[in-house]
Amino acid sequence: MIPLITEEVIKNGWVESTDVLIDFIAISQSTPGAFAINIATFIGYNQAGILGAIFTTLGVVLPSFFIILFIAMAFHKFKTNKYVIGFLNGISPVVPGIIMSVALTFILRSVFDVIDLNFKDFKFQIWAVIIFIISFGVSKLKKRIHPIYIVLISGALGLLFYGLF
Amino acid sequence: MFLLFFTFFKIGLFTFGGGYSMIPLIHFYAVDKYHWLTEKEFIDIIAIAESTPGPIAINSATYVGYKVLKIKGSAIATLGVVIPSLVIIIIISAFLMQFKNNVYVEYAFMGIRVGVAVLIMNAAIRIYKKVDKSILSYILVVFGLIMGFFNLIPIVYVILIGGIIGIFYNVLINKENKVNEND
Repeated sequence: MIPLITEEVIKNGWVESTDVLIDFIAISQSTPGAFAINIATFIGYNQAGILGAIFTTLGVVLPSFFIILFIAMAFHKFKTNKYVIGFLNGISPVVPGIIMSVALTFILRSVFDVIDLNFKDFKFQIWAVIIFIISFGVSKLKKRIHPIYIVLISGALGLLFYGLF
Repeated sequence: MFLLFFTFFKIGLFTFGGGYSMIPLIHFYAVDKYHWLTEKEFIDIIAIAESTPGPIAINSATYVGYKVLKIKGSAIATLGVVIPSLVIIIIISAFLMQFKNNVYVEYAFMGIRVGVAVLIMNAAIRIYKKVDKSILSYILVVFGLIMGFFNLIPIVYVILIGGIIGIFYNVLINKENKVNEND
């Protein structure tokens, strides 16, 4: 989505400079919520205040909303069709595979690639591994632990380890 | 209705790091806590959300909402997931520069990224456990894993190929059943 947004935003002159857009993108990626909504809100607010933010967000939400609504309705109707069932049986093992690949990519990127701040030694990788182990341990303490605790704990550990040492 | 809105509001609020980070949260609420979806339906929704245009967050909110309360539910869940972002970004826009270069914010996010990786890994393992124990499905799991990891082809095609294999398999099995009945 980023290349598409960059192209449109620059073409239409909606930001003062590319640097501003890069800031928007970075913040949109690090604040809660979906990236697409965050960046749309940013650009809308930057251009036309709160009303602008609401309109750009609506703009990015509505196409997905209607497409999915249509699919959900169609799906409801044809869910006993043998081809549809076959299709779903086929995708149901593929999806866990894809999510595993995402998990793997995230782990590799977050644990071994903490170079955003130009760290030269391995200290930060070691801390990342420790945060990984602690977060994983905490996530297994209870059977269904709320994900927000893991987010809070890992954030606090990041602040503690990277900030203090 | 309020529960649906508030749940997706929380999902929007507590998700750091974009679409995929939302998967563990949606799984926690929709499958584990409120039983709006079965594990199988959850997988279908992720597949559909992934293979249609637009952000996973909105796609899955619309779909789950429809499952629970039809069109009204779609609208409510989507609003719920959108509003936190809207409000947070508007607030941040007001204090943009202070937030941007804060090194402590950066440290916290480096930690959070690791935590999110753990969450996604746990979700992947839990979904994987529900997969049929057959050779074909193991092959498809590995197929999804390799294609996703090395980014060989767009994810939509990976899902489509899996689905087409599933159709062939299902139709073949049905044929075999018919032959057996004739016997």
